[in-house]
Order: sequence, then structure tokens, then C-alpha cells
Amino acid sequence: MSRAIAGPEIERLIQLLAKLPGLGPRSARRAALHLVKKREQLLGPLAEAMTVARDRIVVCSRCGNVDTRDPCGLCTDPRRDDSLIVVVADISDLWALERSGAVAGRYHVLGGVLSALDGVRPEHLSLDALVARASDPAVKEVILALNATVDGQTTAHFITDLLAHLPVKVTKLAHGVPVGGELDYLDDGTLAAAIRQRTGF
Amino acid sequence: MEWADEGTIIGLKAHGESAVILEVMTREHGRHLGLVRGGRSQKAQPVLQPGNSVALSWRARLDEHLGEYKVELLTSHAARLIAAPVALYGLATVSGLLRLLPERDPHPGLYEGLSVLIAHLDEPSLAPALVIRFELAMLSELGFGLDLARCAVTGSPDDLSHVSPKSGKAVSRRAAQPYLDRLLSLPAFLVEGQGARAPSPADLVAGFALTAHFLRRHLFEPRGLPEPPERARLVEFAARAMPESSTV
Repeated sequence: MSRAIAGPEIERLIQLLAKLPGLGPRSARRAALHLVKKREQLLGPLAEAMTVARDRIVVCSRCGNVDTRDPCGLCTDPRRDDSLIVVVADISDLWALERSGAVAGRYHVLGGVLSALDGVRPEHLSLDALVARASDPAVKEVILALNATVDGQTTAHFITDLLAHLPVKVTKLAHGVPVGGELDYLDDGTLAAAIRQRTGF
Repeated sequence: MEWADEGTIIGLKAHGESAVILEVMTREHGRHLGLVRGGRSQKAQPVLQPGNSVALSWRARLDEHLGEYKVELLTSHAARLIAAPVALYGLATVSGLLRLLPERDPHPGLYEGLSVLIAHLDEPSLAPALVIRFELAMLSELGFGLDLARCAVTGSPDDLSHVSPKSGKAVSRRAAQPYLDRLLSLPAFLVEGQGARAPSPADLVAGFALTAHFLRRHLFEPRGLPEPPERARLVEFAARAMPESSTV
């Protein structure tokens, strides 16, 4: 059994930091020590930022994104295209697409994908809200930006069936060779998908 | 403890930040779970997809431990299957059924059936009928097999058209007449010796209704499980018009 190396307050800080993704007990100790050493520059502002986040961050009732206001900044941004809804499984996917700057539509966060093993069924996802949003006559296209996994694509086909009766175009992300990808190192499945979805020059 | 086998991945679940618990239907070791370290890496993710055929080596200190898998891809079926909705609904349906099998109980017949099924799961003219046959095989493996060889009343193998919802035995058209409102339809493609004709959408819907009754009664309800939503989609898919040229 390991002995406590600091007071209970610091031990508590280490324990909490160790629960964060990417941090184990050892790296949590290093982070805690760093925070304690940089008390003014880092620990104080971090504590304040976390307090603000706890008190003010809400889930957007329209798209499922997190922000300090409801509806969120993405839903109220007038420069965005109202005719386009990009469906993502999780907020991290939304952030990834925003980082890329590739699309300027509205988003819809499902809150996961269908998974029998994890017990995720259609009623656990934000599907009714998506159908309601896609029923708006202003919406012309729904992009299903879901993972190229069996669960992700099962969910995509499920949504396609749900939206089949609506006058909206349903599209999905292409599967194929990533930028910088060398064919020799690609898995067989990705190569086969890339060949199937080849486009004309 | 250590063994090597081949299998078809039927599910996986994240474990910590980098590992996954892989669920595989193996040829000799039945439905078997194991930990794959680094299973969430970019390199491993395309391999560890449901439907893929893999070579496995499993190792644990004690037999009852979860153990660790080393996985090598044999055939990447998932990349082909994710393009076809019927394939994904079928895969989710059969994976859900296989999950009802007791762990580490060998079912080589089901494994072979699964391999054939996955090879044709993206063919809309074949997949629904193959899933129905797989469901019948599952019921049989778990001790709830239907007797579709001869009439429960007359003993004749001819003109079988219905199934008793209680006994799971076939009934001929004539013997079924007084009880039509209580019996389940038996589509011709499920009758022994009459499977050469391609099933119509109505046959497929009847086949799904037949297996659904016994799956609910023997497998889903005793475990308090709902019917998988993907199965309902598969039935809807089968109900739509399909090519008549294929033979199952």
C-alpha cells in the first residue's frame, strides 16, 4: 500500500486529476505539483475557470452542443447555413469538424451511436429532435458525419430510414485514403472502400 | 492457459483509454471475450470491427480469467458490410442473438452458419432469408428447435403450411384449417425440400414473424430483453419488393 506523500488536500487534488482522461496516478502527481508551484499563474485561474464552467455551461436545447448560453453560439450564428444540418455522434466530433472549418451549417449532436453491447438503443439518442429539426422546410440537406465503424454506420442507415419521408437530401462522409496516407500502409477495408468510392479527375 | 483459434468479431467495448474488450464467436471456443491492449489505436480500429474474420491467440494465467487476445485480420468484411443497410441490420440482429449464448460454449455449427451469413449479408436478395435460417439454427442450438419436417397431426411431410405457436411443430394445410387464427404461417422456403424457390417479400415477413414468436418466448422475454430495433428494420427491408431471380 502506497503512503500519502502530501497533505490530504493535495492528495485529493491528485486523486481527482488522476480521473481525467490521459492521466494516471503518476502523471496526476506531476500535474498537481506543477499547479501548486504555479499557484498564481495557473492554479488560481484554473480554479476560477472551472468554477465558471460548472456554473455557466449548459447543454444547448437545440443541437446538444455545450456552451454558456442556450441556444449555443453555433445555433445563433447568423453566418451559418440554416439549410444544412450536420449530424455528429458526440461533442468531440463537433469540435473536430469545427477545427477543420470544412462546413458552416448547423449541428445536431446525437449523444452516441446505436450499440447493442453498450445498451444504446434509439430512444437513448436525440433522434426525435433531429427528425423535428429536419422537418423544417428551410432544411435542405442533412450530412451524417458519423464514424466509419459498424456502429456508426448502422446509426447512419437508421437515421436515413427515419428521414426517408422528408424532402431533405441525406448525405454521408466519404470513406477512403486520408491526406498523407500511403497506400502500402492502409488496411484492406479502407483501400476497398476508397476504390468503391473513387471519383473522376 | 493459451490457445489459438479463428473467429468472427461480434462486438467490442472500450476498456480504459486504450484497450477494448473484444467479443468473438470462435470456431472451437464459442462466444469468447478477451482484452485487446491498444485496441483503440488507429491501427487496430479497422481490424477490430464487428463482422471481421480474425485469427486469435488468447492467453490468461487462469482459465476463468478474461485473458488477453492477440488479433490478426483474416478478412475485412466490415468495410464491405458498412455500405449496405441490410448487412448492418442483419449483423446487429445476429450479433444480438449470439450474445445470448453462454460464454465459452462451442457451437461449431453456428460458427459455420455465421461465416456463410456474413459472406452474403450485403446481398439484399439473400440476406433476409439467411438471417431467418440463422435464427432457426439459434433456437435449435439453445434447445428450442422447431420441428418443420412433418405434420404434428397427420405425421405427413406433405403440404406443410403452418406452425403451432405452442409446440413449434409444423401442421399441414388440411389439419390447420380449424385453427388458422391461432397458427403461425410457415413459408414454403423453410419447408424441407421446398427451399429452391426464391422467397417472396410476404414469405420473408412470415418467416420473420415465425422466428420472432419463438425468439420472444424462449430467448428475449425470459431474459427481460426487448427485441433489437435493427431486427425491425430488417423486417421492414424484407417487406419491400426484392428481385425474384435469386435462389436461397
